[in-house]
Amino acid sequence: MNRSHVYTDYHPRWLRRPVSTYWWLEKPAYFAFILRESSCVFVSWFVVYLLLLIAAVSDGPTSYTRFIEWSSTPWVLTLNIVSLAFMIYHAITFFVAAPRAMVVHIGRRRVPEQMVLAGHYLAWAAASAVVSWLLLRDR
Amino acid sequence: MWEHIRLQIARYRPEQEPETTVDEYEVPCPKDWVVLDGLNHVKDRIDGTLSYRWSCRMGICGSCGMTVNGEPKLTCATFLADYAPGPVRVEPLRNFPVIRDLIVDIGDFMQKLVRVKPWIVRQAEKPLTEGEYRQTPDELDEYKQFSMCINCMLCYAACPIYALDPKFIGPAVIALAQRYNLDNRDEGAADRMSVLSEHEGIWGCTFVGECTKVCPKHVDPAGAIQRYKLTAAVESMKSFFMPRGA
Amino acid sequence: MIQRHPEPLLWLLFSAGGVLSALFMPMLLVLFGVAFPLGWLAAPSYERMVVVLGHPLTGVVLFGLCALSLFHWAHRFRHTLYDGLQIKHLNEVIALLTYGAAVAGSVATAYLLWQIP
Repeated sequence: MNRSHVYTDYHPRWLRRPVSTYWWLEKPAYFAFILRESSCVFVSWFVVYLLLLIAAVSDGPTSYTRFIEWSSTPWVLTLNIVSLAFMIYHAITFFVAAPRAMVVHIGRRRVPEQMVLAGHYLAWAAASAVVSWLLLRDR
Repeated sequence: MWEHIRLQIARYRPEQEPETTVDEYEVPCPKDWVVLDGLNHVKDRIDGTLSYRWSCRMGICGSCGMTVNGEPKLTCATFLADYAPGPVRVEPLRNFPVIRDLIVDIGDFMQKLVRVKPWIVRQAEKPLTEGEYRQTPDELDEYKQFSMCINCMLCYAACPIYALDPKFIGPAVIALAQRYNLDNRDEGAADRMSVLSEHEGIWGCTFVGECTKVCPKHVDPAGAIQRYKLTAAVESMKSFFMPRGA
Repeated sequence: MIQRHPEPLLWLLFSAGGVLSALFMPMLLVLFGVAFPLGWLAAPSYERMVVVLGHPLTGVVLFGLCALSLFHWAHRFRHTLYDGLQIKHLNEVIALLTYGAAVAGSVATAYLLWQIP
């Protein structure tokens, strides 16, 4: 008996190919998919980073200054730059998915997907503007 | 121009050998020949034992789906000249059990398709005397894209989730369910929801998006699934918080 | 009649987290991850940080951002382990660990925001 195929109940000669654990390396599209899914790890890293920042602010001015200094050490900086790349990849790919899920109708006409997409990018720009304005004025 | 091109065709002859083998054939390569023409040439002139499915040879029956150079394609819509100088690897459609040579068993898909009731479901049919059901162009546009599906199953061959978990209901079935859910003549959305909202229904999908990329009829099953996820999630929340109302 | 299982809720949390993290995190990362540490832009003063973080609206937005982003991570990570690495036999354990971590992280976020002077 050979090991190249798995026998099913009623049709013993059908050939079923097992899926390799490295299936995601077989096609560039699959690799891009796993990369996109991996971006969530960097999202969670940034949540931890934000929590550390908030804790530092609670602790006092010296803690806050030390936090900013710590964040300029090479490994933290590299991690954050890599996270930024993944974060942007996450945003771009998420904005591809979101308009497909949200089909908006005004009256009986359907809002074209490109407009929903544009809305997402506008929201991204607006959120970034608000964050910058909050943190960069009256330093 | 290239006069001939080499086809490397996967053969599976279970009564003779337990493994797949690859047989090579040299076929003519006129610029209007598709892979299916090459296969027909092999069967007619070189090796009559080659087994494969085909029918309309014009991209509407969905029978001739195979893996060409690693990608799921309709062999009647894939030009040999695009692969010149070759060789061209032809294998059976991925993620389905292989019966023989290039023929796969599609029973799994057929069973799943029936479960979502891909027909107009109504409480009561309109009597003939009242005439036909009328639809505006806008109402038609709501579901028209999903009605283009020819059941070729290239999307199942491309979907890694289906490869990893054959219980996943799959892209074409969900797209076809949506074709009826979004048709305003249909009243069966609730019936379909009980099938689609299972764990291996829409919730198996992680939006890889390959199904939409390989679809020869531009059905966009990934979009259909995403849209239905939102519908089903909202319905789920409603049924949880307001079990008797809404 | 709809099937009952937690997937729809988890997917909604994942989507909300995905949207919020996509909208707010890039700019925050540019500022607090790169620009301020490298000195390209002057970091906000301590007093400014207390004012911004202490505002109730910031608290609500930050809590939403952190908590939902953690659920976004939990859901996506669990699915990636299940599909990508095919660790199917540990599904329950992984679900417990990921969503548990998300819940714990959300509680921690609320606690830390509460501690701002």
